[in-house]
Amino acid sequence: MSIETTFRESLSELDVAVTRTTPGSCADAIADAADGKTIGVPLPEGLTLPPDVIDRPTNGDLETAETGVTPATLGIAETGSVHLESDRAGTELVSLYPQRHVAVLRTEDLVSDVATAIDRLGPDLRAGGSGVIATGPSATADMGSLVVGAHGPGEVHVVLVEAGR
Amino acid sequence: MSRAGQGDRTERGDRTGRDERADRTARIREAMREEGDAIAEHTREHNAGRKAVTEDFPEYETLRERARAVKEDAIENLPDLVDRLRESVEANGGHLYVADDAADANRYIVETVGDAETVVKSKSMTTEEIDLNDALEAAGVEPVETDLGEWVIQLAEESPSHLIGPAMHKDRAEIAALFAEVFDPADPPETATELTAFAREMLGKRIREADVGLTGANFVVAESGSLALVTNEGNARKVASTPDTHIAVSGVEKIVPTVEDLEPFLNLLSRAGAGQELSAYTSLLTPPVASPVPDFDAPDEPLSAPDDEGTTANPDREFHLVLIDNGRLAMREDEDLRETLYCVRCGACANSCGNFQSVGGHVFGGETYTGGIAGGWEAGIEGLNVAGEFNDLCTGCSRCVPACPVKIDIPWINTVVRDRINRRKADASDFAFLPDGLAPDAEPAGLDLGKRFVGDFATLAKWGHRTAPLANRLADAGPVRAALERVVGIDRRRDLPTFASESLVEWFDRRGGARIPLADADRDAILYPDTYTNYVDVERGKAAVRALEALGVHVRVPSLPPSGRPPLSQGMVATAEERAHDLYAALAEHVDADRDVVVVEPSDLAMIRSEYERFLEPAAFERLAGASYEVLEYVYGLLENGASIDALVGGDDATRTSELAYHPHCQARTLDLEVYTLTVLERAGYDVRTSDTECCGMAGSFGYKTEYYELSIDVGEPLVEDFGGTDRTLVASGTSCGEQLDALLDRPARHPIELLAPPDSASR
Ligand code: SF4
Repeated sequence: MSIETTFRESLSELDVAVTRTTPGSCADAIADAADGKTIGVPLPEGLTLPPDVIDRPTNGDLETAETGVTPATLGIAETGSVHLESDRAGTELVSLYPQRHVAVLRTEDLVSDVATAIDRLGPDLRAGGSGVIATGPSATADMGSLVVGAHGPGEVHVVLVEAGR
Repeated sequence: MSRAGQGDRTERGDRTGRDERADRTARIREAMREEGDAIAEHTREHNAGRKAVTEDFPEYETLRERARAVKEDAIENLPDLVDRLRESVEANGGHLYVADDAADANRYIVETVGDAETVVKSKSMTTEEIDLNDALEAAGVEPVETDLGEWVIQLAEESPSHLIGPAMHKDRAEIAALFAEVFDPADPPETATELTAFAREMLGKRIREADVGLTGANFVVAESGSLALVTNEGNARKVASTPDTHIAVSGVEKIVPTVEDLEPFLNLLSRAGAGQELSAYTSLLTPPVASPVPDFDAPDEPLSAPDDEGTTANPDREFHLVLIDNGRLAMREDEDLRETLYCVRCGACANSCGNFQSVGGHVFGGETYTGGIAGGWEAGIEGLNVAGEFNDLCTGCSRCVPACPVKIDIPWINTVVRDRINRRKADASDFAFLPDGLAPDAEPAGLDLGKRFVGDFATLAKWGHRTAPLANRLADAGPVRAALERVVGIDRRRDLPTFASESLVEWFDRRGGARIPLADADRDAILYPDTYTNYVDVERGKAAVRALEALGVHVRVPSLPPSGRPPLSQGMVATAEERAHDLYAALAEHVDADRDVVVVEPSDLAMIRSEYERFLEPAAFERLAGASYEVLEYVYGLLENGASIDALVGGDDATRTSELAYHPHCQARTLDLEVYTLTVLERAGYDVRTSDTECCGMAGSFGYKTEYYELSIDVGEPLVEDFGGTDRTLVASGTSCGEQLDALLDRPARHPIELLAPPDSASR
């Protein structure tokens, strides 16, 4: 099974929607995945946010936005996780506060398992970097039964961008 | 021995054992009534989840080995790691403080927090341990718990009942009532979804306004100063990234050397604890983090400057790491408690524990920690008095041992703690003036009578057998039962074992010994006459002899010393060790002569295969353990080596039906033995339904004790659900499991070998 197939299966077990797209259609895919007032942080070179995404959110936007769009630095196939790096632009906050998170991941950044992900993240962590391995939406079982959507987003959507244009 | 576990906060009053027992009975009864249902539902769910995600996960065992090895090294090198960590944290621009005890930690945190109004917290058992919230409140700072379960506990002014589910003892309706009472909302939330939305809303506001964010840490990395924070709700992410000051508080034992060392733990933690592959969020932070500090009071200001990019630490952020000793460094020096420091606090030992499933952490727990491993934590941090409050609840069933992701021998820790408690009580008792030589055995003279009575079951059984039927009549007599209950705490509602007037060894001699001559035999085996099989349930011993002979084995049944299981379960470690040496000495020659040792009672086999490792020289242990077999395991081996199952089938036992309900013994399960019994019974043509209840609740002598009788019946309740509606023949290998099944279902249980052995007349 290809690493991408494994990743997609893991995402579907987590109820995370996924759209596969090309760099050229990335903005459209994001627009489809977003819902309501949308904030975002700059994407890696070659990828752009749709025009109606607020790419320089204010503190107020962070509080009121319904969707947050951020890049993901890694995807872990076996667990359906994405790694989100804490950066000055605010990826951590933008991926965390709104009810819906759209993570933009390049297929070449997929790794097979947690061990490989940790090997990749080691140098960054040693250099002072931070981030989160996010696996599905936030959840809690503390209110008597399992509820999806606790402090973090209740819906996650992965936009998977293949190499090329 | 070091001083860990020796210093206590409170002194024992001189109340009698009877009063204590009555108190305990009442507390247990209340917990079962008020909290038992919610706890049972959630722990069993987590436990089943753990089994489901670990069963089909081939790397699981290797990961456990690796995690264990990392912890062993890390604790060994702890002082060096603290030094390395200090360098890393300071190089990153953060601060590291190592606090000696709770007061020291609280002082530092209160100072650091300064004139802040609110501190938002994500879940941290360590801050519960040091009572940080009280210290903050005393300093005029409001602590707000943001983990939903922890918040519920804070609002209800209660303590956590489980390591990862602090409010596990509350059901939805109770939480709804609590919110309604505290907040009196116009539209009170009712469903779990509404309750969660309500909490998110309330707490979201508190987080946005807070001055300081305080988290725990699941792991701390020495080489980089990184933290791993594992949560599902996302509150730790918010708490660590929203206020400009982040304080992380953790026990000093959480340090691992390198980032790569995190890997086995991240793969294990959520699987073991909650049955998840990974929790929703594994934050790996090297603080201070790069994220901009949102200022919600300035909604029109940009979150970050347009030219601000990259991932270097944000200079507006401040980070403090507070590592807490509070007894841990002394535990590190304590050979028996040290292992506790490997604990990653996943809660699997609580979830897999029959007693915990019934009472939860308010009874099975100490000041802070809950479940089996709380024995080690509370003994090391609070002292023996606190650990002594709940130590009995670990019955040594061992079901937590395979559940623990770092392979901690939790029952052993509790046994050692029990031994220390015994000795301390004895020192304080009226008998302490007796010179050591007058003490009848290796235990202190003033040892609790109940413990001595049960712990010395071998002597009692021998006496009972010699004086049977008098002993049996006496044991049934009302006044004797009343005295037994009053003096040694044996509950009147239990049937006492009936002693046989002819022991297994005597029977075997009388029939003329082995019926398969050595020259014709395929194997030469000792059938170990354990105390129960020899003096109480002799029939299963006879069945074992007949079954083995039918399979061509030359059987010997010599008189042998007891294994030491009962004294060990009473915490009489020195006595158990003496027994181990005696039994080894008595068996060594047989083992040298290549004889197999076949054991009927699973708890005795578990002694030989597991606990003896602590008592015997390594080579002696290996030799004896390697030559010993549980009887059905042995039968399976004989069948695999060419013996025919046909030799076993065809008995004319009228009570036998072809449908069986089999409850595997807890310790046999831990040794993965139940598969042999199941396979042999199935090969013999039986239809077997196996229970997945971890322990029957009797757990040796536990269920005989007055204060635990009701609990032990409650623990066995799932067996009634499993087997109650059927008329399947009950099958159990453990004597106490058999007693319990009989008590629960009102029909006798058979040992599997009795369903396989040819009838007496048919044996050669
Ligand atoms: S002792 Fe083992 S099973 Fe129990 S909480 Fe600690 S790590 Fe988990």
